[in-house]
This record gives sequence, C-alpha cells and structure tokens, in this order.
Amino acid sequence: MPTLLNTIEDSFARETCERYGDKPEELLEILHAVQNEKGFLSDAALRTIAYSLNISRADVHGVASFYHDYKREKQANQTIKICRAEACQALGANALIAEAEKAFGVKLDKGGTDVGLEAAYCLGNCALSPAVMIDDNLYGRVGLAKLKTLSMKHREGSRS
Amino acid sequence: MSVRVYIPCDAAALSMGADDVAAAIAAQGGDKVEIIRNGSRGMLWLEPLVEVQTDKGRIAYGPVTDDDVASLFEADFLGGGDHPLGHGPTEDIPYFANQERLTFARVGVIDPLDIDAYEAHGGIVGLTAALAMTPEDIVEVVTESGLRGRGGAGFPTGIKWKTANAQPEGQKYICANADEGDSGTFADRMLMEGDPFSLIEGMVIGALGIGADTGYIYIRSEYPHAIKTMRKAIEIWEGKGLSGVNEDGTPRFKLHVRVGAGAYICGEESSMLESLEGKRGQVKVKPPIPAISGMFGKPTIVNNVLTLGSVPFILANGAKAYADFGQGRSKGTQPFQLAGDIKRGGLVEKAFGVTMDELVNEFGGGTYTGRPVKAVQAGGPLGGYVKPEGFDVEMGYETLSEAGAMLGHGGLVVYNDTTNMLGMARYAMEFCELESCGKCTPCRVGSVRGKETLDKIAAGENVTANTEILENLCDLMEEASLCAMGGLTPMPVRTAMQLFPEEFTGPQKVAAE
Repeated sequence: MPTLLNTIEDSFARETCERYGDKPEELLEILHAVQNEKGFLSDAALRTIAYSLNISRADVHGVASFYHDYKREKQANQTIKICRAEACQALGANALIAEAEKAFGVKLDKGGTDVGLEAAYCLGNCALSPAVMIDDNLYGRVGLAKLKTLSMKHREGSRS
Repeated sequence: MSVRVYIPCDAAALSMGADDVAAAIAAQGGDKVEIIRNGSRGMLWLEPLVEVQTDKGRIAYGPVTDDDVASLFEADFLGGGDHPLGHGPTEDIPYFANQERLTFARVGVIDPLDIDAYEAHGGIVGLTAALAMTPEDIVEVVTESGLRGRGGAGFPTGIKWKTANAQPEGQKYICANADEGDSGTFADRMLMEGDPFSLIEGMVIGALGIGADTGYIYIRSEYPHAIKTMRKAIEIWEGKGLSGVNEDGTPRFKLHVRVGAGAYICGEESSMLESLEGKRGQVKVKPPIPAISGMFGKPTIVNNVLTLGSVPFILANGAKAYADFGQGRSKGTQPFQLAGDIKRGGLVEKAFGVTMDELVNEFGGGTYTGRPVKAVQAGGPLGGYVKPEGFDVEMGYETLSEAGAMLGHGGLVVYNDTTNMLGMARYAMEFCELESCGKCTPCRVGSVRGKETLDKIAAGENVTANTEILENLCDLMEEASLCAMGGLTPMPVRTAMQLFPEEFTGPQKVAAE
C-alpha cells in the first residue's frame, strides 16, 4: 500500500537508483546523477533515494549536507566557480571576487537568479591563476573583463 | 604528406584556449596537418604550446592564441620556421631539458588515449615484468626502490603493500587517491589527463602485488577533464584485455572511477574510504589501518596517483634505477609544481635534493608580477611558509620538515611582497573551518576559535594575551586532532607568525604602493 514513506515521489531519482543497482554504496554517484539532471536535490528526490536504497532519510540527508557539491535549492541559470585557494589568492583572486560581486550584483556563495558566484577551493590551474570554471570549462589568467566575456559566451551557448 | 602538429588537451592548456587554436590550425591547414591532442609538457606559462614534428625534432611555439595562427602559417611553422612565439626544439628548452622525467616521461609526448603510442614509449614493460614475478617479489622491488607516498604522508609504499599482501586471501581493494585538493598542486590531474595508462598500469601491478581484484580511482569533482580521460582510458585498457580476461569476457581486475563531491577532507585516506562506501567523508580512528581493514572492512591499499604512476617505471627498470635518484631517505623523483605568483609556472620533475631556490628562481624565474618574493608556501594549505633566506633548503621529506616546512604533494605557491600574512594565517583557519569533517573537536572548534583570535589580533585587541591563546590553540590542534587536517593547520599559522612577527601586532598600516 502506498504510504507517505514508500511513495515514489521522484521517478527520475527512482530510475537512477535502479540504474545503480539500488546499492547504498553508490549514493554519491546517484546524488551526482540526480543533481546533474534536476539542477539540485529536492526533498522529494532525497526521500525517494532513501526508500530505493533502503537506508534512512537521515543517512541520505547526512551525505547530501556533508559535501559542498550537493545543492538543496534551485541554482542560478549560470554558476561561475571562482577559485579562492592560496595560489589564486597570490594573484588577486579576492579582488576578482569583489569585482565580480559588483559586476553581477550577487554575493559569493549567496545564490542568484541569472548568474551565481561560487567559491572553489582549487581548480588545479594554479600556474595560471586566477582560475574560474563555468559549466565544467576551465579558464586561467582571468580578470573581470575576461570573466564577463566568458559568462556571456556560455549564456549564449546554452540558449542556442 | 601531412605534418604532425601537437596541441595539448590538458585542462590548463584548454583554459588558455587550446581548443580554439586547434580549430584555427585545422581550418587553415586542412589536410596539410595532422593534429594530435597530447598532454601538457608542463611548461604551463607557454600554454597553449603548439609543437610541430620536423626532421629536427618537435619544434615549440607558445603561448599561441587563435589570432596567432595566420602568422604562424605565414612563417611556415609547419617547416619549423622562425616566429616571435618560437622556442626551437621543445626538448632543448632549459626548463624541460633540466628535468628528470621518470613518472612524467610520456606526459606531453603522446596522445594520452593512444595505447599503441603508450606501448611504443615504454608502457606495459613494467606490467609484463610483474606478471612474471611472484606477488612477494613485486612488493620487494617496490620496497627496495624506496618509493614513498607522494600524497604528502611519505609512508613507504612497499611496507603498505607488504601488509596488505600478508592478509589472508580473499576480497582486497586497491584505491588511487586522486582527490588532489591542495592549492598549488596539479600533478595528479596532469598525469591522469596526460598519461592515464601509467596510473592504470601502476594499479594493476599493485593489485597483483597484494592480490586485489577490484580497484577504485577517487577523483575530485573539480577535475571533469581528468574524470573523462580516465574513464575512456579504462575502457580502452580493459578492451585490450590488459587487466586479464575472465571466461565470461569481463576483466579479471575491475577498475572503477568514483567522483568526489567537493570535500577536501576526502583526500585523507580513511575519509576517502568512507566516501567510496557512499557515506559522509568522516575521518576514522586508526588502527585498524586500511591495509588490514579498509573499504567494507577488507584489506585495502590507498596510494596517491603519483605513487602508483611511478610503479611502472620501477618494475620496468628495476628498484635501483629509481633509487639512484634522490637523496637520503627521499628516493627517486618528485613532480614539483610551481604555482601562484610565478613567472614560469608549471610542472618540474626532479630528483629529490634540488633546492627551493633552483625551483622558484631558476626554473620559475621569480614572480609573474615582477614584484619581490615575500614567501613560498610549500606543501599545500597545511604546509609552512619559507622566506627567500631559507630557499637553500633541499627538497626532500626530511630536509623540508627540519626546515619547518613540508613536502606535501610537491606544490610550491609563491607570494609577492603585497601579501598580508595575518590574512593568510586567518585563511588557513577559515579553510579548516570550512573543510573540517567535524569528527574531532580540536579541528572543528579550534579552527573557528583560531579565526576569531586572529581577527582580534588584527584589530589590536589584547594582542599579547590573544597571541598566547593562539599558540595554546595551535598546540592543542597539533596534538589532539585525529588527522592531518586539524593537526597541520597550525603549520601555516605558526610559520607565518614566526617569520613575520611584525604583522601580528595589531592594525597594520597599508603599505604604500
């Protein structure tokens, strides 16, 4: 009998779990896959995953809240990750962040609707700092002008 | 006949527009050129570095942008012609010529996913040798080579393998730690993107040595290019039957890629194993050590990417060939990474014993901004600072720790004279607060208190008393934390305070530009 506890609220999450054999050890991969598809992890998705893997909702919540990558709320249309780790700080990452906050009218790690800015802690491009990443595309030696151009380019790319 | 043109597909090269350059060269060159996407040579300030195969060897041009392509064709770069961006033969560039490339021998030379090129350049020789040996002999060779953990801890690899080998037969695992979260390091990424088969070969050899049939590569999510390359490389490798083949056609040694989720702490091995089991990446108390009871309670060895990537060379050339490099108890070579405010940033693989001065000033050429060097942070966010006066230190596990710094994963981040050291110390505490797994109190709470105390010192509030509190807090974190995260966060804080005490005395005058 369907109850609040076993109702499949999110069919994509259910299918994803099935694809990973409903194995609890695949939880990180499942969360990545659901978030890639939906943009964030909804309460309904987490409940469905807990039911599918036969683990408690607390366990799923514990994992989803532990890792920085997992988002529980809808994200901006475009997320720009700006590295603020040491090597990028050595070449002005903090100044770039301040300028970007002003230019895009959002605060770092504080959401946004069109563009959001997210702090990254090393993108592995430390010899070509400051580094940013947009939709898995890495860029180096980024100043504000370049950042604006890149942001525009990727927004146009996603629309066409 | 078409001319071979090499354009890197390494993420750092792509970050400077290598794809656009490749497209422009393909468009203008047509069938006159055959474009090969190689890994990066590691001379990252020259990326995108375009190389042309000529009868005089490979000729380098860089950094090339798509706007330079027309003029390169005009200068007959396909024939190795002179051009303002030309550097002559790649392997004669001093930065490259003065290295000792064992682990990175193929990186930047071949197409990373061309298994025939891998074999033609010395790949699979180590595996072939290992297949003719007993597991105990494999472990012995690795022990004799003196290879130590390149992730930072420096534990002898052979001893770890020996422990796992000695466990009763049954399910065992081998894991590659590719959660390279330290700022200023990118060698794991470059190896995975530039020569992924060497990591796979190292893991297969390790699996033979300890008797594992399953392996995992845990790659951080910030490395999408490496994830893609590794997944393809495994497919190609297994397709060739190089991991052995069962009767049902499946590989005998099954290798999986697992993607992290943005937690720095998962680079700590017990945390990584928890994460691989689909759990929160919380640190576990040792013992038991993973080699006895690791993933799902089974014997597991966790080695860094560079450690495993060095194994094929050792098996192919013998323990002595590797141990002949290096100094003291630091045997072999280390891929050093020059980062931050540095003119010629990139990867330099050298035998241990090279000095910090040679790396920063001779290879690196000083700062990118042209300002004087203030300090270098060695060994990632948990590593100590070194002033230029201390640059004569030889790079090795013991020599660096005697100098109050550490080798870590071989990264060096250079800072110029405008750097606010109290700000950097505060950042170290802030980073620990952000990334602490929360398991033990010294790290979870100490980092927050450390940050607050540094803020008080910066504001000039009871500076002497607060400095003492900070010192006590650092003692506590060092002695009572479960893992290196809390235990080493005081290192950058303390070295900054020791080397630049004048900056920890209250409000600072803003330096005149």
